[in-house]
Amino acid sequence: MASIDITGVSKIYPGAAGRSVTGIDLTIADGEFIVLVGPSGCGKSTLLRMVAGLEDITEGEIRIAGRRVNDLEPADRDIAMVFQNYALYPHMTVRENMAYGLKNRKTPRDVIEARVAEAARMLELGPYLDRKPRALSGGQRQRVAMGRAIVRQPAAFLFDEPLSNLDAKLRVSMRGEIRRLQKRLGTTSIYVTHDQLEAMTLADRLVVLNGGRIEQVGTPLDIYHHPASTFVASFIGSPAMNLIDAEVSGNRVVIGDQAITLAAPVQGIGGPAVLGIRAEDLHPAPSGLLFRVDLVEELGAQRLVHGHVSGQGLTLALSPAHPLSETMTIAPAGPALHFFDVGTGRRIGDTAAARTGAGVMA
Amino acid sequence: MTSAVARTGVGRSPDRLISLLLLPVALIALGPILRLLAEGLGYGEGLTFAHVGEVMGRNSTRIALWHSLVTAGGGTVISVLIGAAFAFVVALTDIRAKAALVFCLMIPMMIPPQITALAWMQMMGPSSVLLKTLGIAPPMGSPQPLRSAGGIALLLGIQHAAIVFLTLRAGLRMIPADLVEAARMSGARGWRVWGRIVLPLSLPSLAAGAAMTFVTALGNFGIPAMLGIPARYSTLPTLIYQRLTGMGPSVLPEVAVLALLIGAVAIAGVLLSRLMLSRRSLGLVGLSGRPLALALGSARIWVEAGLWAFIFLILVLPLLALLATSLVPAYGVPLTFGSATFDAWNEVLLRQPVTRRAYANSLLLAGLASVILMAVALPLAWVMSRRPTIWTRAVDTLVDLPYALPGVVLAIACILAFMRIPFTGITLYGTLWIILIAYLARFLVVMLRPVQAAIGQLDPAMEEAAASAGARLGRRLWRIVLPLAAPSAAAGAILVFLTAVNELTVSALLWSSGTETLGVVIFNLEDSGETVMASALAMSIVVLVIALMGCVQIGAARLPKGVVPWQN
Ligand SMILES: Nc1ncnc2c1ncn2[C@@H]1O[C@H](COP(=O)(O)OP(=O)(O)OP(=O)(O)O)[C@@H](O)[C@H]1O
Ligand SMILES: [Mg+2]
Repeated sequence: MASIDITGVSKIYPGAAGRSVTGIDLTIADGEFIVLVGPSGCGKSTLLRMVAGLEDITEGEIRIAGRRVNDLEPADRDIAMVFQNYALYPHMTVRENMAYGLKNRKTPRDVIEARVAEAARMLELGPYLDRKPRALSGGQRQRVAMGRAIVRQPAAFLFDEPLSNLDAKLRVSMRGEIRRLQKRLGTTSIYVTHDQLEAMTLADRLVVLNGGRIEQVGTPLDIYHHPASTFVASFIGSPAMNLIDAEVSGNRVVIGDQAITLAAPVQGIGGPAVLGIRAEDLHPAPSGLLFRVDLVEELGAQRLVHGHVSGQGLTLALSPAHPLSETMTIAPAGPALHFFDVGTGRRIGDTAAARTGAGVMA
Repeated sequence: MTSAVARTGVGRSPDRLISLLLLPVALIALGPILRLLAEGLGYGEGLTFAHVGEVMGRNSTRIALWHSLVTAGGGTVISVLIGAAFAFVVALTDIRAKAALVFCLMIPMMIPPQITALAWMQMMGPSSVLLKTLGIAPPMGSPQPLRSAGGIALLLGIQHAAIVFLTLRAGLRMIPADLVEAARMSGARGWRVWGRIVLPLSLPSLAAGAAMTFVTALGNFGIPAMLGIPARYSTLPTLIYQRLTGMGPSVLPEVAVLALLIGAVAIAGVLLSRLMLSRRSLGLVGLSGRPLALALGSARIWVEAGLWAFIFLILVLPLLALLATSLVPAYGVPLTFGSATFDAWNEVLLRQPVTRRAYANSLLLAGLASVILMAVALPLAWVMSRRPTIWTRAVDTLVDLPYALPGVVLAIACILAFMRIPFTGITLYGTLWIILIAYLARFLVVMLRPVQAAIGQLDPAMEEAAASAGARLGRRLWRIVLPLAAPSAAAGAILVFLTAVNELTVSALLWSSGTETLGVVIFNLEDSGETVMASALAMSIVVLVIALMGCVQIGAARLPKGVVPWQN
């Protein structure tokens, strides 16, 4: 059980031109489940491996339970890691794999046995304890890797894309299992993934990384509803948030040759801006924007309607009950408009934008 | 319908013609070995083991067998120590200049064993020019320490360390870095990670490398010949040589049994090695990630210094000693700036007819072998890859045999087979051709494997595209397969050339006056006390070998994986 404090941490790989990870500040509370999410190459693994002690920390400081760990060996940091490729020792049985870390720490034999038995029970690995890893299925290997981390009773768990080698269905069930286990043990965890759905469902708090920097930190819902930048807006949520060029003046938002009128003026914005609207926040309405339909994707419970408004692409998520036609009038519902700066992509203006009373400009 | 069948028939017929190539290949590569087997089993006198029993019962046989096992075993231990240490450091840590280090470690294996022995004798012992020049030579009359079982084992060990190195390094490359990181996170440090994780996972590779080293050391002729014969310490290969040169072809039935004896031990070793190699891939779970690069930190510079000092000791120092000897006016004279002379070099390279003839013979044999094998290997590899049948697979497995078997075994087999060619009155014994045929059989696999690697990586769709564009098989091979496989074939040809120039064992038994090879002449020069000339000739060969290796090394980056044996 421990908190983890990351202050001003950067990483420059030997021989690399610039920083792979830049100025990370993050405080992780005891027992918290933090998910690092971002596109490939954004530095998630690098940050995680610096916490683990597998990479040197170029700048800044990492503290685990208040203790500075920059110069500590991985072995001395009291953390356990679950690897993407499981990293099970192929020459040891499941039991030996789980016991190995405890043996290294000279744990008494009866304690080792008790903990391995307990972990095997939790993970339903009892029947496989005397098998070698090669005689296990992917999901079972994944559970052994988890078990190996659990038996150590470490201060923190680190996961680097642990589910990415499993098929989709197994991934969903293992996701639930990891979450339950973490809640039950209450162990501080950092979890790396590039799958935003996995990130949303697992995290107490999400950390969205982009190009080695933190883009936004917050609870999954907070980030979903208040993305701090166009990057976050398009990365979190599926389908991605619609981002279109607009011109704001007072309570009018002009999109090409059309406009919507808001109930109240948008605070602090005037002129060009990027307007963000989630697909499920757009609905057919008696009056609103003229939407031309290009393509319909049927997902069963939902249908995604792709089309455009004044030449700008837009996607709607509609219930299959709605009738479809070549052109529709649509309007955003609820506090659903997000505005971003055209240059920096940062969020601007009043977050809970406005009520709509939209109208079409001739 | 009929026309379609007929057309396929026509389209296929050149393929069948190519398959006919298997026949001469099998005949040359395997015929002599079968003939040897027949001889051992009393060919001509009915199937009998009486003959085998008689030869095996002799004291000289048992002593030579014992000596062979002792020196090859000792050599293997030394190879394992050197090769494993280098492999672990090169594959697992972040030392610098790995390519240069590996290249230097390979040189001892690529220079002929008799040159290794000659060079080391020039480095140690009472008449070493180097030691005399430095004023630290042991007193005259004290024995040459290398002329002993220990000396033979030491040099065998150094000569073959690269085999262990290459096999083990390939195995280590297959260990995912994750495994070591997981162990480090589990609280294991330094040596414990190595002992509990890396070592157990690399043991099969190590065992396979050791078995191959043992087989190679067992068949080595150059080192026990140079060191053992003067000390009356016989191994099986030198016993066969002494018998055959002393008594002539009349002892063939007897030496055939001896050859079969080494052959049997060697095949057991090869099979053991294969078994081990097939084991090593089973255990690894998941994909292998980044290769390991354990940071040595401040110890790195010391590790690097240690490795290079070792290379200096086993490679540079002996070659310096050899060079020093080649530059003195007479054996035993210390080397000074005043006394240094290129007389011996002049003599061996420009004047002596024997050495000049040997150079011509060796270069001709090596050149012919490379060219012929290149011409054979291309279509052969193509058939094996594109039209596999039970026969191609059989030939694929069996062509390893003439290379894996000790050279003496092949030499005896060739003498038996070509002494009197069946159904004709022709004999090849005593001509250059018998050596050439032996080389073709022995080095086919050296040429074939790189070409196979290259053709295996070609997309068959490319040829199909050409075929659908109407290109006949011959044209396709010429215009598509050949250009793409050419770099690998060239590398293979250089390797064949190198190995053939270095070759002593086969030619030592097959030569006769006029068909000496370089290996034979060095041996004969040293045998007759012409150490300075032997050194000059040896040194010139070392230069040639290193230059050829350099050519391969320079081209290595542009060749497919697996072509250059000492590359990844
Ligand atoms: N050993 C290394 N040496 C140099 N650069 C590296 C090294 N490892 C990673 N990088 C670079 O650092 C950046 C971040 O890499 P990292 O592995 O942390 O990405 P990631 O977010 O985990 O991506 P992925 O989702 O693909 O695993 C990348 O640009 C990568 O090229
Ligand atoms: Mg990663």
